[in-house]
Amino acid sequence: MIGFIRSLGRWGLGTLERLGRGHLFLMHTLAGLPGLFLRPALVIQQLFSVGVLSVLIVLISGLFVGMVLGLQGYNTLVDFGAEESLGVLVSLSLVRELGPVVTALLFAGRAGSALTAEVGLMKSTEQLSGMEMMAVDPVRRVIAPRFLAGFISMPLLAAMFSAIGVIGAFIVGHGLLGVDDGAFWSQMQTKTDWYGDVMNGVIKSIVFGFVVTWIALYEGYDATPTSEGVGRATTRTVVHSAFAILGLDFVLTALMFGDI
Amino acid sequence: MLQKKSTEILVGLFVALGIGALFMLAMKVSNLADFSDERGYQITAQFQNTGGLKVRSPVTMAGVRVGRVAAIELDPISYNAKVTINMHPQFDNIPADTSASIFTAGLLGEQYISLDAGADDFYLQDGDELMLTQSALVLEQVIGQFLYSVAEGN
Amino acid sequence: MPLIKIRDLHFYRGDRAIFDGVDIDIDRGKVTAIMGPSGTGKTTLLRLIGGQLRPDQGYIEIDGQNVHKLSRSKLYELRKRMGMLFQSGALLTDLNVFDNVAFPLREHTKLPEPLIRDLVLMKLQAVGLRNARKLSPSELSGGMARRVALARAVALDPMMIMYDEPFTGQDPISMGTLVNLIRRINDAMGLTSIVVSHDVAEASQIADEIYLLSGGKVIEKGSPEELKNSSSQWVRQFMDGLPDGPVPFHYPGSEFDADLLQSEHES
Repeated sequence: MIGFIRSLGRWGLGTLERLGRGHLFLMHTLAGLPGLFLRPALVIQQLFSVGVLSVLIVLISGLFVGMVLGLQGYNTLVDFGAEESLGVLVSLSLVRELGPVVTALLFAGRAGSALTAEVGLMKSTEQLSGMEMMAVDPVRRVIAPRFLAGFISMPLLAAMFSAIGVIGAFIVGHGLLGVDDGAFWSQMQTKTDWYGDVMNGVIKSIVFGFVVTWIALYEGYDATPTSEGVGRATTRTVVHSAFAILGLDFVLTALMFGDI
Repeated sequence: MLQKKSTEILVGLFVALGIGALFMLAMKVSNLADFSDERGYQITAQFQNTGGLKVRSPVTMAGVRVGRVAAIELDPISYNAKVTINMHPQFDNIPADTSASIFTAGLLGEQYISLDAGADDFYLQDGDELMLTQSALVLEQVIGQFLYSVAEGN
Repeated sequence: MPLIKIRDLHFYRGDRAIFDGVDIDIDRGKVTAIMGPSGTGKTTLLRLIGGQLRPDQGYIEIDGQNVHKLSRSKLYELRKRMGMLFQSGALLTDLNVFDNVAFPLREHTKLPEPLIRDLVLMKLQAVGLRNARKLSPSELSGGMARRVALARAVALDPMMIMYDEPFTGQDPISMGTLVNLIRRINDAMGLTSIVVSHDVAEASQIADEIYLLSGGKVIEKGSPEELKNSSSQWVRQFMDGLPDGPVPFHYPGSEFDADLLQSEHES
């Protein structure tokens, strides 16, 4: 019994310590951001590997999610004779929820795991130590540009996801199911609010981008420097990111749309 | 160097695509385009009951949208709801004795304000108040009245 | 006055003492080898000198400055004058050979690009890899990677270089090349070199002075000849590579006979 309590305590202390180190790491990273304005090339390089390489998966997933929404939404709405509201249904679900959340999950799987593996590998091959010995701060040189790139990419990717999703729903709704295109767009425009819906979705995606990139980079930086350790860190990135995204999504939704 | 150049081009395209998507969300999907409402003029109307009317609900005339609800507050003297309406600037020749009613779009749809043109020679100006108003129909009251009248009729 | 002065160094990892009172002097212009069996914390010593780890007791002075009392920026200034060669080479995998060598120059100087190019080509010429400058680190053999890392370590013309196990896992030819290079670069550039190794033959070939570490203490120091002729049993065993001696062949524990007599399912 004592042993159980003791291991619980050790686990708690360990978690607390990791959290603490994670925050120090974040502070250090944020302190490195201003210096990047002098070296935009570093950020552009990372925007490529974090953002550009995630575009394809985001666009394809967005298109299909939109098409499925169009199909499912139509089948439900048609019973109430409200199929003109398809546009609203699709745009609100995409812009408020699915866009930011699904993009963030995809982003964690595509870019987050890659970041963890890359940084973890740099650590295990002593590249980070090597930089330190060359008097180059690895957090500023390696981590900060990746962090900024993730932070910038996420809202752009989420916007792409929502936009192509709406197009996908339009293709299915108008092209296949014959919903009137004028009604589709005008209903959507009347009910979707720029500040209340679109901007809140963008804020969500910025928060998710921040958190996912932070988790991914910290897991890589803190990984046990062996191939096994890097592998486990990569898994942890995806799992922890998913938890963080869904948990934060509830909190943010409650703050933005709920009357709690 | 060639590789660096193509990276930069792709990143540029990426950012452009993202901003383009945001732009589409703004213009095509959401109502940012009709924020020109705010450059129009404001009128007010008092209702005994606004029902499910919300800020940004549409204001129509003969079914055409002419403005939006800008604010709903309680008038401290009359205890009525005071609704402020942003009117589109191009509808500047609406008679001053126009009446306003709160209707529901369809049986379960959302509520909106419908304006009925009067016959006055003077037009509504910024800050004017609509005097003739009809409150929202509250379903419970309607049913109650109906039951009452049925009972009385017997 | 020695370039590096280590006094009464204690370092613990958990409860285990890695260093238990170590004194080392590293003279300017010389090649000093730090030797000892695996697990004696030779790499840890380099990290302590580089300021990546803090000692629990004692101090390390480089060029008159106590490494662990320096502010962060002063420490970084000092590190610009130290080169370090990691066991793996620690080349940056997303840059090619040329950019790897140019990395410290680009990070720390504002030299114009043509001048950087000349400097990098010079350094690469010195390690014989000028024509490999377009290759990526993954295309290099282990020995070549270390040579590139060496070119990078001397890119800023440091006052000293630390080598972490430069000879392990090398074929005889690249081993010979590295031995040769370390000595030549040390003498040509007037550097001070610290070589951490357990390869007795190569280390005694290039070192002016050897420190033997074991059990967290300096067991013996002296020139290669002095160590070869040492009377200490331990030094003999290490230098000649004898399987049994003061360092036992068997992991310490109970006697073999006693174990055989006991049943397998003991408590």
